[in-house]
Amino acid sequence: MEVTSTPIYIRKKSNGRISIKSGNKVERVMKATGIVLFGLTILAFMSFNYSGLDLTKAISETAYNLKTMFLEPALSHFTWGEAFYQVGITLGLAFLSTILGAVIAFFLALMAATNLSNKWISKTVRILVAFVRAVPTVLWVLIFAIAAGLGSEAAVLGMLFHSIAYLVKAFSEAFEEVDKGILEALTATGANWWHTVTHAILPSTFTYLLSWTFLRFEINFSVAVAMGAAAGAGGIGFELFMASGFYFDMREVGLITYMILILAIVLELTSTRLKSRYFPATSVK
Amino acid sequence: MNEKVMRNQRKWQTIIFATIIIVLTYLSSDITNFNIIHGIATLPNAFTWIVSNLFITQETLERLPKILEKLAETILMSIAATTTATVFSLFLGLMGSKTTGTSNLLGAFARFIASVARNIPVVAWALILLLSFGQNSVTGYLALFVGSLGFLTRAFIESIDEASQSAVEALRATGATYFQIVYKAVIPQCLPQMISWILFMIETNIRSATLVGILTGTGIGYSFDLYYKTLNYHAVALVTLSIVISVIMLELISNHIRKVIL
Amino acid sequence: MSLLKVEKLGKSYNADAKVLNDVSFEVEAGEFVSIIGPSGAGKSTLLRCINRMVEIDEGKVIFDGNDVGSLNKKELRKMRTNIGMIFQHYNLVPRLSVIENVLHGRFGYKTTVQGILGKFTEDEKEQAFYLLKKLGIEEHAYKRCDQLSGGQQQRVGIARSLIQEPKIVLCDEPIASLDPNASKVIMDYLKSITMELNITCIVNLHQVEIARSYSDRIIGLSKGGIVFDGPSYRLSTDSTDLIYGTKTVEKRQLVTV
Repeated sequence: MEVTSTPIYIRKKSNGRISIKSGNKVERVMKATGIVLFGLTILAFMSFNYSGLDLTKAISETAYNLKTMFLEPALSHFTWGEAFYQVGITLGLAFLSTILGAVIAFFLALMAATNLSNKWISKTVRILVAFVRAVPTVLWVLIFAIAAGLGSEAAVLGMLFHSIAYLVKAFSEAFEEVDKGILEALTATGANWWHTVTHAILPSTFTYLLSWTFLRFEINFSVAVAMGAAAGAGGIGFELFMASGFYFDMREVGLITYMILILAIVLELTSTRLKSRYFPATSVK
Repeated sequence: MNEKVMRNQRKWQTIIFATIIIVLTYLSSDITNFNIIHGIATLPNAFTWIVSNLFITQETLERLPKILEKLAETILMSIAATTTATVFSLFLGLMGSKTTGTSNLLGAFARFIASVARNIPVVAWALILLLSFGQNSVTGYLALFVGSLGFLTRAFIESIDEASQSAVEALRATGATYFQIVYKAVIPQCLPQMISWILFMIETNIRSATLVGILTGTGIGYSFDLYYKTLNYHAVALVTLSIVISVIMLELISNHIRKVIL
Repeated sequence: MSLLKVEKLGKSYNADAKVLNDVSFEVEAGEFVSIIGPSGAGKSTLLRCINRMVEIDEGKVIFDGNDVGSLNKKELRKMRTNIGMIFQHYNLVPRLSVIENVLHGRFGYKTTVQGILGKFTEDEKEQAFYLLKKLGIEEHAYKRCDQLSGGQQQRVGIARSLIQEPKIVLCDEPIASLDPNASKVIMDYLKSITMELNITCIVNLHQVEIARSYSDRIIGLSKGGIVFDGPSYRLSTDSTDLIYGTKTVEKRQLVTV
C-alpha cells in the first residue's frame, strides 16, 4: 500500500538545502511583479527632481497648514450661501455627466455586450471605449474647452466622455451575466430584440445598473472638484484652487475641504449601502 | 387583486423615480448653466475641431524624446506612490480588518485615516501640499500617496475580511505568534487579490498624475499644460496619444498578470 | 497522574444557554477516546476548551500538570505546541504547498522572525517528508493544498499536527466532510500512528459505529453534559438513545460505569 521509500520526491535547492516552495507559475509571476515594482520604485526615487525642496521646512510648514485648516476653518472671501451654491454647481456637473452618461452608456453597452450584439459591433465599441477611458478626464475637459468653447458644456462633455466609457464597461459586463436561458426562452416565443431588452435584460439588471451609476456619481463628484481646480470648470473646486493658490487662506481651504469631505463620505456610504444590497460579490472597480 | 396592487405600486415607484431624476437634471442644468441643446449642437463643431487640429505632424515628433522623458517621470511617480502606500496600507489594513485586528480602537483609527485620505480628492491634497513643497515631483508623489493609502487600505481590509478564517484557527492551535499567523496564513490567501488592487491603483494613479502634474508643474501633465497654453495642438495630440498608449499597455500587462494569479 | 483532567467545566456564549455544563473527566496518556453526541451538544466547544481556543468560563482544565485557564499568553503558546489539532475542514492554507503547510506545525517552537522568514532546519524538513511518507502522500509534497482531494488534505492536517511532536491530538470531526472510503483511511492512520508514537487522541465523532470500532473509550455528550463515559464495548443501545435522544427518557441520568 505504501509507496516504496525513496527520497526522489525531495527537491533540493542549489545550496543543497531542501526546498519547500511549490515553485509554480502563479508564485513566480507574483514574485516577478513584486521585484519589478520594487525596482521601479527605487528608480523613481532616484530620478525625482528634488530642486527647491527643503524637506524639513516643507514638512513642518505642511503640518502647520494642516493644523490651521482642520482646527480653525472659516470663510472669508465668500459667504455660506455662496459656498453652498458652489457645492451645488459641483454636484450639478457631476449629476449631469452621470445621468447623461448612464443613458448613452446603456445603448452603447447593448451594442458592446457579446450576447446581445454581433461580434464586430461589440469589438468596435469595446476598442473605442478602451481608448476613451485611457485619456484622463482632465484632458477631455481641456480639449472640449477649446473645441466647444469654455463653460459648463466643456466640463460636462469632458466628464461625460469618461463616464460613458466607464459605464459601458460595467453595464455590458452586467448584461453578459444575464442567464442565457431567459434570452433563449424569449426568442423562442418570437419576441424581437427590443422586447428582449425591455422585458428580460432591463428588469434583471436594473439594480446593478443603478448601483454602478451611483458609484460613478460618487467618482464624478471628486472629478468635478478636480475639474474646477485644474480646468476652470467652476464650482467648489475652483474656490478651493483660489483659496489655496491665490489668497493662501488656509482657514478657507480647511472649510472647503471639510465640505467636500463630508459630502464625499455621505456619497460613499450611500453607494456602499446600495452595493452591498444589490451585488455583494463584485469589486469596487 | 393583490398582484394588481403590487403592480400599481411598482408603476408609481417608477413614475416617482423618473420624476425625481428629471427634476434633478433640470435643477443641475439650471445651476450649472448647462444647455443640453447647446451642448449637443456644439458637438459636431467640437469634433471637426478635434479632427482638424489634433493630429501629429513630423515636426512635433521631434519633441517626442522630451515628452517620453516626462511620461516616464509620471509613470515612475505613480508606481512609487502606489508601492510605498501599499506598505502602510498593509499595516492599516491588518489593523482595520475584523479578522486580524487586535483592538477596536486601532481598527477605528485605521478606518478613519483611510476614509479621510480617500474622500478628500487628490487635487485638494495636491493644492495643500503645493504650498510648502513647491513645484516638484515630491508634491505630486505625496498627493498620490495619500489618495492611494486611503483607497488601498479599504481594499485590503475587504480582501483580508474575505480570507478564510480556518487556517488562522489552525495556526493559532499550533502555538504560532500573531505575526506568524498573519504572514503565513492570512497574507498568502489575500496576496493575489492585493496585487490585483495594486495594479489597478497604478493605472488610476497614472491618470490622476496627469491632473496633479498640471497643478504641480511636473511630469506629463506639465507638458500637456505647456503645449496647451502655447496653443501647440499638434504637441497636445502627441502628449495625449502617449498617455493613451501607456495606459492601455499597462492595462494589458495588468490583465495578463491577473489572469495568471487569480 | 493523568495527562488531562477536566473538572466541572462550564461554558456559555451568551447568558441564556449553556453550551457546556459541569463536565468532568480524565484522560490517561496513550488513550484513544471518542466523544460522541448530536450536533450542538458542545463537542467542538469542549475540545477547544482543552487548548483554550475558546476561553474557559467555569471549572478547570489541567493538562500535563498545568492549569490551562490560568496560563499567560506565552505559556499558552508553549502549551499549545504539545497539543495537536485536526479540523473538519482541514484548515490548511490553500495557496501554499503541502510541505509548507506541514511545517506550519513547527511555528510554536520558533521566534516570530524565524517563522516569518520560513527558517526551518533540515531536520524539520526531513521529519516533514518522513511524516508525509508515513501518510502516503509524499509524492504530493510540492503540490498546492487546494489541488488535493479531501482525504489527502486531511492527511496533510494530520502531518501538521504530528510534526508538533504533541502529547495529545484533538480531532474535531475529522471525517465529517469525507466519503466512507476516505474516512476509513483517515481513521486507520489516526489509530495506527497515535498508537505507534504513543500519543493520546481525543476524537469528536457523530458516527457511533466508527467510535465503537476505533476507540478504547467513549464519552457521550448531550446538551452540554456527559451522559455516558466508559469503554467502547459498554456502549449499549440504551445509552446511544440517551445521547441522541432518539427515545424519550423520563429522567436524564448519568450513566457512569
